[in-house]
Amino acid sequence: MKIDGMLSQLSEWLLGEGQENDIVISSRIRLARNLTGFPFITRATEQDRRSIRDTVQNVASEMFEKDSFYFVDLELLDSLDRTYLCERQLISRELVETDGARAALIDRNEKFCIMVNEEDHLRIHGMTSGFDPEKVWSRINEVDDKLESRLQYAFHNKYGYLTACPTNVGTGMRVSVMLHLPALVVSKEIDKVFRSLQKVNLAVRGIYGEGSQPVGDFYQISNQATLGRTEMELIEKVNNIVPQIVAYERQARDFLFKERYEIILDRCSRAMGLLKTARTISSIETMHHLSSIRLGINMGLLEEPDIPVINDLFLNTQPAHLQKHNGNELSQTERDIARAKYLRHKLGEK
Amino acid sequence: MKCQKCDKAATFHITELTGTQPLEHHLCEEHAREYLNESSEQNDPASTLTSTLSQGMAKQMSANKAATELKELDQQTCPVCGISFYDFRSRGRLGCPNDYDCFAKQLDALIINIHGVQEHVGKTPKRTGNDSNQRTFLIKLRRDLNEAIQLEEYERASKLRDKIKEIETE
Repeated sequence: MKIDGMLSQLSEWLLGEGQENDIVISSRIRLARNLTGFPFITRATEQDRRSIRDTVQNVASEMFEKDSFYFVDLELLDSLDRTYLCERQLISRELVETDGARAALIDRNEKFCIMVNEEDHLRIHGMTSGFDPEKVWSRINEVDDKLESRLQYAFHNKYGYLTACPTNVGTGMRVSVMLHLPALVVSKEIDKVFRSLQKVNLAVRGIYGEGSQPVGDFYQISNQATLGRTEMELIEKVNNIVPQIVAYERQARDFLFKERYEIILDRCSRAMGLLKTARTISSIETMHHLSSIRLGINMGLLEEPDIPVINDLFLNTQPAHLQKHNGNELSQTERDIARAKYLRHKLGEK
Repeated sequence: MKCQKCDKAATFHITELTGTQPLEHHLCEEHAREYLNESSEQNDPASTLTSTLSQGMAKQMSANKAATELKELDQQTCPVCGISFYDFRSRGRLGCPNDYDCFAKQLDALIINIHGVQEHVGKTPKRTGNDSNQRTFLIKLRRDLNEAIQLEEYERASKLRDKIKEIETE
């Protein structure tokens, strides 16, 4: 399958580059759009879904350079490949799990992706490494303009872009920034952060978006309201709050370094020792220890590996990625063994 | 958005203004009913200001006062896509763009509750669709076509097909 080409590369948003990259993993923006002439997804017939998919595919091949994207028909993809795309955060769980005609147009450099027939007809989302929502916005705004020059979006003079759920109406835009906050978790300050975010109407979610549990101390912060503010105002709202959380996390790290040095060094060293020597390990346990190692590197407690190596491990030790590397499906027990082997290999132990 | 107490869609968005801080609750119908019953038992009704979906629709629900009016609002159906407002409340998803006009009365309060405002000020498409009513009409025509086929009314189906083709090629 053509998506195998992705295996050899690290997604752009995981390069560990960009501003504040020791704490801000990535910045993402998504736009929800629907086409006129079709009902929203819950009322769409299979014929409607196919027409929407084909229309988007035709427009994309006109508007985007040939070979610059993959057009992936989700119905033709087996469950392992669908999960694989979800683990790379290119498509949502909803797109993996639902039935019917649906697709994803994926930029070859994984800078943006368009999900077709998810909750809305189109979900355009872009991502980049580090803290830079403006860069993502200019990228997907351009994608949106290109699509809009050929497609007619459902738009209302009062309500703006119309969406299947009124929580997304208006700009249809969700700005989210993924943060790594291990020191705030260790020092049990994280709940305070959540409470203050709720007060300013920002949402906090786990790594895979709505309804997911925080794993590996990763949190996504995003806007709740989408109507009555311009796109730049929504970005500014997130932009104003993120540096405060970053500063708070740094403060917590300083405290750990000054007051809890041995304890935090012990945690990071043990995590490294464990991942270098384990013979079988679950995905959750791996994430937990990788988070400690990442913290250790950024606090100067551990000398290696480099952050891109850690990011590679976060990505490639996930179930579908392991199986794709392995070339065939693995049982859970086999995956845990393969995961431990991959970790030992990448961390320099045989 | 999911209900805070179960996996169903949250169709009631309640802002409680009794304490020092406003408290937001996002609940499914069942849990909203439970919540409102609880709060009306616990609090002095005069001091409780509860703003909810459809301007206190849930309040009416617990008071059983305007049950018929609520039922009427719930049964209102979009002529284009065929969903009732009740369908939207139980699934949390609208059926077509026309629902925003058809259920405007009910949705306005909900939208204010979620976003705090009602008017879009962001990006607008450069192509303003003058024919957007026609495009919405297409949704209805396609639905009628499916119905005609199911009822084996082939003559009607053929006419509908021609009409759809006409609008699509305009």
